[in-house]
Amino acid sequence: MHEMSLAEGILDIVEDTARAQGASRVLEITLEIGALAGVEVDALRFCLDAILHDSVAADARVSIERLPGRGWCLACAAEVEIAQLYDPCPRCGAYQVTATAGRDMRVKDLLLE
Amino acid sequence: MCTVCGCGQGETRIEGEAHTHRHEHAQEHAHEHVHEHAHEHVHADGTVHRHAHGHAHSHAHIDHDHAHDERELHGHDAHGLVPAHDHDHAGDLHYGLGPAHAHAPGLSQERMVRIERDILGKNDAYATDNRRVFGERGIFAVNLVSSPGSGKTTLLVRTIEALRGELPIAVVEGDQQTSQDADRIRATGAPAIQVNTGKGCHLDAHMVGHAVERLRPAQDSLLMIENVGNLVCPAAFDLGEADKVVILSVTEGEDKPLKYPDMFHAASLMLLNKVDLLPHVAFDVTRCEDYARRVNPRLRILHVSATSGEGMAAWLDWLRAGLAAARARRQDEVAALRRRIAELEARLAEN
Repeated sequence: MHEMSLAEGILDIVEDTARAQGASRVLEITLEIGALAGVEVDALRFCLDAILHDSVAADARVSIERLPGRGWCLACAAEVEIAQLYDPCPRCGAYQVTATAGRDMRVKDLLLE
Repeated sequence: MCTVCGCGQGETRIEGEAHTHRHEHAQEHAHEHVHEHAHEHVHADGTVHRHAHGHAHSHAHIDHDHAHDERELHGHDAHGLVPAHDHDHAGDLHYGLGPAHAHAPGLSQERMVRIERDILGKNDAYATDNRRVFGERGIFAVNLVSSPGSGKTTLLVRTIEALRGELPIAVVEGDQQTSQDADRIRATGAPAIQVNTGKGCHLDAHMVGHAVERLRPAQDSLLMIENVGNLVCPAAFDLGEADKVVILSVTEGEDKPLKYPDMFHAASLMLLNKVDLLPHVAFDVTRCEDYARRVNPRLRILHVSATSGEGMAAWLDWLRAGLAAARARRQDEVAALRRRIAELEARLAEN
C-alpha cells in the first residue's frame, strides 16, 4: 500500500521543482524504479493518477523506466542479474545472492513548460 | 507526517494529540545528507490540524532553496549534465530541447530538467538525522517489524522484564489506532510513547524523530521501535535504526519470507517466535529458514518463545551486544573529541 506514499513523495518533488524552475505545467515525468524496489508499477500509476489530478502535473505523461536487479552471488563470486530478491543465481542455481542494485526509486527528469 | 506518507495525511497522533509542525530546512553538505530542522508544535483538533499541516508544509517548501539543494543533495552526475546554456539556477537545465529550440523571454518553452531525486529522499534525510542523534547518545535503536499477531508486543514486554535493572530501555509504539500497546509497555515501568499513524501503514523517520524528542531516551540505552503490524510497507522506510528485526511466528505460513521478500531482505535478524507451539502446528522450520535465506543470505535467525522463555537468552545477548557496540562507538567519539581538544589546547599554550 505504500505506493500511495511514494506517489505523494513524487508529487512533492515535482511541485518543488516546478516552483523552483518557474514552470507553469509539467508535461512529462520520468521515473526510474528498480526491479527490486518492491514497487508495484500498476499500483503506483493508479496512485499517481489520483494524486497528480489538480496539480501542476495534472496532464503529465508518466514514463517509468525499470532498472534491472543485480546481485552478488557468493558461490560464483560474480555479479548476476536477478528479477526478484529470492531468485537463485542464474549461473549456479544457488540462493546465496545478495542484491546489489535495482532497489532505487527516483524521479529522473521532468519536461516542464 | 509531511515526509512521504500519503496514506494518512494529517492523521498522525503522538499519544492522542494531533501535532502540526513547521520546519525550515537548511540543507548543507549534501553528500552527507545533513539536514537540520526546527520544529514548532501546535496542538489542535483533527480538522484544524489538517489545515495547519498543509499550510506549514507548503511554507517549508517556499523556504527551501530547491534549485540549489537538488543538485547538492543528490549530486549524481550534476556536472556531467551541465548544458551548453549558461544559466545560474543549476547545472541541470536543458534549454533548447523544446519546439522553439531557443530560450527567449516570454516565449513558452518546454524544457527537460534532470533531477535524479530519490522518491524517499525526505524520509531518508530524517532517518539520517535520527541515526546521528542515536549515534551521539550511544543509543542502540531496533526497528521491530512483523505481521499483526506475531507476538511482537508480548515479546517486547518479556524482553523489558528480563533486561530491566540491567540496562535502560525506552519504547516507541506504532499502531494505526489506540494506545493499548504503549500502556502494556508502561506497565513494565519502561518509558514508552505511542504513535498512531491514522490510516498510515508504517512509521516513518519523521514520526520517530518527533517521538524520540518527546521520549528523550537515556544515553547508552536501548530504543525499541515497534512498527505497525505490516510485512510490506515498513520495509521501505528507514527510521534511522541500527537494525530491523523481523518477527515471524510459527502460527503463520512458513513461506512468508518468499511472499514478503522485501521485509526479510531488509532485516538483519529474524526471530522465529512461538516455538513452544511447534508440536501443535504444521510448520516446517527448515523450509522457512531456507526461504528466508534465499531472500537474505546474511539473515541471522533465532528461535524464541516469549511465552515459555525458550531461546530468549540468545535474543537478549544479541541486544546486549548491539548496545555494547553503540556505547563503544559513542565513547570512541568522545575520546576522539577529547584528544582533539587537548591538541588544540596544547597548540594554544605554545602561542
